[in-house]
Amino acid sequence: MSSRTVHPGLSFEYIMWIFTRISGIALFLLAAIGVISAFALGARTQVDLPTLVRWTFFPNPNHVVNSNIPDVTLGWATAFWQVMQILIVFFGATHAFNGLRVVSEDFIGQSILRPFLRGLIFLLWLFSMVIAVYVIIFS
Amino acid sequence: MGLNRRVGFFAGLKYHGGGPMWAWMLHRVTGLSMILFVGMHIYASFFMQQTGSDAAIFINTVYESWVFQIIVTFIVIFHGLNGLRIAILDIWPQFQTFQREALWLQWFIFIPVYGLTVFILIQRGITGIY
Repeated sequence: MSSRTVHPGLSFEYIMWIFTRISGIALFLLAAIGVISAFALGARTQVDLPTLVRWTFFPNPNHVVNSNIPDVTLGWATAFWQVMQILIVFFGATHAFNGLRVVSEDFIGQSILRPFLRGLIFLLWLFSMVIAVYVIIFS
Repeated sequence: MGLNRRVGFFAGLKYHGGGPMWAWMLHRVTGLSMILFVGMHIYASFFMQQTGSDAAIFINTVYESWVFQIIVTFIVIFHGLNGLRIAILDIWPQFQTFQREALWLQWFIFIPVYGLTVFILIQRGITGIY
């Protein structure tokens, strides 16, 4: 095969392809920050293993409310963790709905349904983001 | 596109893509199941908190049981490690030459991590901690 130069334009597919990689790595980093900070907040003595895992995936005070953390508002429920939760939901939900779009468009191919499906997934993504930010800010 | 070839599932599995192709298929299946399981868990938690509905409590009881967690942890750990391998190989494409070795390395990392998780889940499930 002869050598060729590829010029990827800044198309939607290309941006989402890069975003999938970046958000995947970002979710790893956010989980690492969550679990390391949990230990810094005293998780070794205050929290059991399932609670620590729940905190790692979604650092919301309501997510660990059933455990016996003495005072969850002290250190565990701050504006910093609200920003972290919004980042996790943004990267996670966008990664997930984009993946759903890629897989479903692979299955239906070129079809009249394609723009409707894309719009439906976009609306689902927007709905989840609005609900998630509402729950995080007002919980 | 090749969507009308009518290739059956098991005939497709025997296509000689081998390990990387099965990893690609598992990546899609695990991704879709994560959307299903995590989405159901989020809605169930929301309705459990707001209305205390029996269906929502049932869904969350199934989700939090240790037997179901064995499936969920497989899905999450596989999707995460496989996605990390894809991202690393895409950032440094010169390593694509060693993509089959990278897949072996991924399984060598996956087996101890998932094995330890399953061991802890079974141990705690049998002793009834949760």
